[in-house]
Amino acid sequence: MKIIKLFLIVFIIINFSQSKSDEKSEELKNRILKNVRCLICQGQSVYDSESDFASSIKLVVEKKIDNGISERKIYDFLKEKYGQWILYEPEINKNTYILWLLPILLFLLGGAIIYKSLIIKKK
Amino acid sequence: MTISFFIFCFIVFYKGLNHSNIYMPKTDKKNIAIFTAKDFYSETEINSEKIFVDGDFYIVNIWASWCVPCKKEHPILMELSKNESVKLIGLNYRDNLNNAQKFIKKLGNPYSQILIDQDGTIAVELGAYGVPETFIIDKNKKIIKKFIGPLNKKLLEEIKLYLK
Repeated sequence: MKIIKLFLIVFIIINFSQSKSDEKSEELKNRILKNVRCLICQGQSVYDSESDFASSIKLVVEKKIDNGISERKIYDFLKEKYGQWILYEPEINKNTYILWLLPILLFLLGGAIIYKSLIIKKK
Repeated sequence: MTISFFIFCFIVFYKGLNHSNIYMPKTDKKNIAIFTAKDFYSETEINSEKIFVDGDFYIVNIWASWCVPCKKEHPILMELSKNESVKLIGLNYRDNLNNAQKFIKKLGNPYSQILIDQDGTIAVELGAYGVPETFIIDKNKKIIKKFIGPLNKKLLEEIKLYLK
C-alpha cells in the first residue's frame, strides 16, 4: 500500500512539473509570436495571423523552443532571415537611435515649453 | 501654410502608393541554410549539403500546384532548365503531393531535383515569404539574389546575366 502511495505521489509530482514546463514554453512561444510581424499581412502579428507564412513561422518557433533555443537566439534567427522589420520591438542600434530617443526628446521639449510659459505667466 | 501642408501630405501619400508593400531586407550574400527534406519522387530524406555542392550554380524555386502565378512562370522555368550552367531545384510548398505530381506531369518538369516542404518550415529557413519565390545560389553556396513573385521574361534575362 505504501509503495502504491509513494508511486502515486511521484507520478503526480512528475506530471505537475511536466505541465508547468509545458505552460512555460507555451507562454514563451506566445510572447515571441506576438512580437513577430506577419510580413505578408496588413498590420497583424504572426500570433494573430492564420496565413501560410505565419503558420510556418509558428512551427519554426515551436521547434526551436522544443530544442531549447533561447528567446534571444530565435529573434536573431528571424532577423537574419527577414531583417529587423520582422520584430515589433526594434533593438537600440545606430539605425534606431532616433526612433527610441525622439519621444523622450519631445517629452522634454514639451515639458520645457510648459515650464517656461508657466514662469512667464507668474512673472 | 495650409496649402503647403496639403501638398506635403499629397507627396507623402502619393509616394507611399507607388511604394511596394512587401518589405525586402538588405540582400547581403548569405550562406544557404542547412536542412533536411524529402525527395518529391522517392520520398527519402536528403540533406541539403548533398544537394548544394561547391562549384555549381543553383536556382531554388518555391512552387505549389495551388499557386496560380506558379503556373504563369512555369514556361520561364522550362526555358531556364535548358541552361546547362545551372541546376534548378524545386521546393514544393505546403501542397498536396498528388496535385503537385499532376501539375508537373501536365506542365513538364524543369527541375533537376524537387524537394517537399510540407509545413513551410524549409521556406522559412531560406527566408522566403511564400510562393512563387526564386533564389540564385552561387558557386560558394551563397544566396546572391532573391525574386519574390513570378518570374517573367525580363527577370529571365537578369538571371542569365548572373549565370554568365
